[in-house]
Amino acid sequence: MIDTFACVFQRDLSLAFRRKGEALNTLVFFVIVTSLFPLGVGAEPNLLREIAPGILWVAALLAALLSLNRLFEPDYADGTLEQLALVSEPFPIIVMAKIAAHWVMTGLPLSLLAPVIALQFDLPGGTIWLLFLTLLIGTPVLSLLGAIAAALTLGLRGGGVLSALLVLPLYIPLLIFGAGAAGAASAGLGGHAHLFLIGAFLLVSGAISPWATASALRIAMD
Amino acid sequence: MLEAINLECVRGEQQLFAGLNMTLEPGQLLHVSGKNGSGKTSFLRILCGLHKPYSGSVQWRGRLISSYTDEFNRDLCYIGHLSGVKEELSPMENLLIASSLAGMKPGTTRLLQSLDDFGILDRAELPVRYLSQGQKRRVALARLALCSTSPLWILDEPFNALDKAAVSRLRSLLAAHVLGGGMVVLTTHLEIAIDGVEPQHIDLDRPRELS
Repeated sequence: MIDTFACVFQRDLSLAFRRKGEALNTLVFFVIVTSLFPLGVGAEPNLLREIAPGILWVAALLAALLSLNRLFEPDYADGTLEQLALVSEPFPIIVMAKIAAHWVMTGLPLSLLAPVIALQFDLPGGTIWLLFLTLLIGTPVLSLLGAIAAALTLGLRGGGVLSALLVLPLYIPLLIFGAGAAGAASAGLGGHAHLFLIGAFLLVSGAISPWATASALRIAMD
Repeated sequence: MLEAINLECVRGEQQLFAGLNMTLEPGQLLHVSGKNGSGKTSFLRILCGLHKPYSGSVQWRGRLISSYTDEFNRDLCYIGHLSGVKEELSPMENLLIASSLAGMKPGTTRLLQSLDDFGILDRAELPVRYLSQGQKRRVALARLALCSTSPLWILDEPFNALDKAAVSRLRSLLAAHVLGGGMVVLTTHLEIAIDGVEPQHIDLDRPRELS
């Protein structure tokens, strides 16, 4: 079972490295969107400091959304998804490996990049650290929930828009607590409660998403 | 033993076939024929468990395949209409992934041997994207040489896009598998003449008594 997980994880990573452009697109999108705000809103330091966590989170959310259609679509189109479904290990394990690889290629670099971008909003060091932590725990949830929507809309025309409509409402609680953590910290409340809640989201979505995604994929292949 | 009992297949409100019964014993080859759109691919996908039949059931060794998918999948090697080969990876990498997902750890020589069998040894390290249609098909079929331990092979149009040499190589692989007690289900528009093997036939165009 661990062998299968490792094999699929490795496969997806090496595929992503062969198509570096796609992974980079997501990151460049994230950087550009977050850089547009200081230009558009104006260089008022207090305002920027206040809106920075929300902007970073919304941009991360949209960047994750952009990358979702690449999660299953290529494998579906060339028939390898069928082959993966016929492996003699539980299908959710394989799905979990694919989601993990997706996070490593999108959510993880995005979280690592966020502190650098936070500098242009003049966030204080403690808040940057907290923002980084919320993104680090929160972006796996984006991949996990996104996988369900990507699987449900697999093979549909205009599936990209539909999966956005499906998944954005699910992202709302995460956005509230993710962006709220920094606000709570600067109000002197500490961001721990928010972090724990995001951790809880991660556990719940990690427990549900691979199974839901696997069933949705089986329906899509039917 | 693979058994299909009273299968009915409906795609988009159109009934493709109904009342289909079939039994396949070790050492037998089943040739599924029928015109385009008669449900050959759907039938094979039902046998693999990828597609749920509208009614009826498929049994492997006397048990429903849906009730013990993992064991059934271990015994199955399916090569579908789509090649199931990653364009970004080389034939060698594709084979390596396929075999390790099948729970096998073949050595490099074994992998190279199966690529050589299908004449793509000199392309072993080239991304599949640069190969021709027939060569892609060969990469997909090279998996069969590694899958000799899986008793059940289900192949959708395996002879498509292949040249003469590859066709005869595939024939001899099929013969070796069937004579060794394996089972093969395949669709093709070609006549399959394999020495020592009397193929079973299912013609999906032939009207069946609805039971």
